[in-house]
Amino acid sequence: MKYLITCAIALSLFTPALAQDLMKMLESETEKDAKPDYATATFKTTRIINGHSVENVAAGVLDFRISHRFGNVNGGAYELWGLDEASMRLGLDYGLTKRWMIGIGRSTYQKQFDGLTKFKVLRQSTGTRRMPVTLSAMGSIMYKSIKFEDPTRENYYTSNFYYCGQLLIGRKFSEGISLQISPTYIHYNLVQELNDPNDLFSIGFGGRFKVSKRVSINGEYYYQLPNYKLTGTQNSLALGVDIETGGHVFQINVTNSTGMTERSFITDTTGDFFHGDIRIGFTISRVFTLVKPKESKIN
Amino acid sequence: MKQLLAVFLFVSICSVSSAQTIYMTRYGQISFFSKTPMENIEAVNNEVTSMLNSGTGELVFAVLIKSFHFDRALMEEHFNENYLESTKFPKSTFQGKITNLGAVDFKKDGTYTVTVTGDLMIHGVKQTISAPGTLTLAAGKITAKSTFNITLADYKIEVPSLVSEKIAKNIEVNVKCLYEPKP
Repeated sequence: MKYLITCAIALSLFTPALAQDLMKMLESETEKDAKPDYATATFKTTRIINGHSVENVAAGVLDFRISHRFGNVNGGAYELWGLDEASMRLGLDYGLTKRWMIGIGRSTYQKQFDGLTKFKVLRQSTGTRRMPVTLSAMGSIMYKSIKFEDPTRENYYTSNFYYCGQLLIGRKFSEGISLQISPTYIHYNLVQELNDPNDLFSIGFGGRFKVSKRVSINGEYYYQLPNYKLTGTQNSLALGVDIETGGHVFQINVTNSTGMTERSFITDTTGDFFHGDIRIGFTISRVFTLVKPKESKIN
Repeated sequence: MKQLLAVFLFVSICSVSSAQTIYMTRYGQISFFSKTPMENIEAVNNEVTSMLNSGTGELVFAVLIKSFHFDRALMEEHFNENYLESTKFPKSTFQGKITNLGAVDFKKDGTYTVTVTGDLMIHGVKQTISAPGTLTLAAGKITAKSTFNITLADYKIEVPSLVSEKIAKNIEVNVKCLYEPKP
C-alpha cells in the first residue's frame, strides 16, 4: 500500500515535471541554432548631424534628405538672426544591399554636386559572434560648379574636384548612448593659398544620447590636425536634436558650418562657434521603400 | 527492492502507455496584422521554434522578436526599438496545453479542431490566453494552424498618440507550423 502511494506521488510529480521540461527541451534544442545578435539603430539616421554615422539606408530603401542651414545668429534682428539667408542641400541616398549604400546630392553652397558610397565592414554584435564596434568605410567626391573667380586665368575643371575618405567606428554602449570616432582624409585638387596642403586630415567625434524613445540629443566635432588644415578655417562643431515621427526624422541643430558635405563642413568652416557664428539648421529625412525585402513575404 | 522496481516499472509503463511523441519545428510561421482605415501593417517570422507533446497535449513556442520582418525597414526598426523593445525583451514565449486532447487521434490522419490554453509572454508581460486552432495529421507530420487576437495594452505596448490612428489596438495573430516527430 505504501508503495502504491509512493507510486502515485511519483507519477503526479513526474507528469507536471515533464510539462515544464518541454520548454527547457525546446530551449536546449534551439541553443545551437543561435545567431549573433547585431546592434541595431546605433544612430537614428545615416548622418549624426553634418557628418556620416555608421548607419546605412536599408536595402531597397530611398532616403530623401532636405537640409537647411540658416545664416549666422549674430547677424542680429536685421538679418532676423540668420533666418533671411539659407544654405541648402538636397540629397538622395539608396541602399543597394544591407551593407552598401550610395547617394547623390546638390548644395547651394558653391553650387556643389556630390556623390557618396558607404559600406558597413563590421557589425557590432553579441552572442555567438562578438564584435565590440561597427566599422563603416565612406568615400565621397565633391564637385564645385560655381564659376571661376578669375576667368582670364587658365582654369582647369579638375581644380573643382574634392575627395573624401572616412572610417567610421561606432559603438552602441547602451540603449541610450552611442559614440563614434571618424578618422577623415580629404584631398583638394586646388587650394587657395600657396602654403596650404592639398591633403587634409581630421578626426571626428560624435555621439547620441537618447532622451526618450523617439527623441535624441546629438553632438559632433571634427578636429583638424594642425599641419593639415587650410588657413583661416575653424573646427566644425554641431549640436542637434533628432525627433522621429513615423516615416520622418527631423533633425534640428546649431552649427558653425555653412556647407553640408565633408569637404565643406570639415575643412571649409570659417565661423567661430564661440564668437556667435552659429547657424540654426534642420534636416528632414523621409524614407521610401522601393524594393520590399524577401523575408517579409507571407506564404 | 522488488517494490521499488515495481514503482519504476509502473512509472515507465505509464509514460510509455500514453504513447507520447515529441513533435518539433524550427521554421514555424507567425504573422500578425494591424488593420486600420489609415494603414495596414503586417509582419512575418519564419523562424518560430515550437514543440508539441502528443502524450500530454503540452505545447510550447519560443519566438525571437528580431526575426519579425516587415515590408518597410523603418517599421521593423521602430517595432524593435520603440514598441517591443527587443533588446530588453528579445524573446516571446507561449507555454500551454491542448485542452481537448481526447478529440485528437495521433494515430489517424485527419483534421482535428482543438483549443489551446496557456501563458503568452510578449514584451515581458505574461497573459493567459485561449485560442482555437486545427491540427492536421498527414504522413506522421502535423500541421497546426491558429488565428487569434491580442490587445496591445494587455502587454504594455504603448502607441504614441501621433500614430495611434495607424496602429490597431487589437492585432490579429496567425500561427502556421509544420511539426515533425523529434528523433
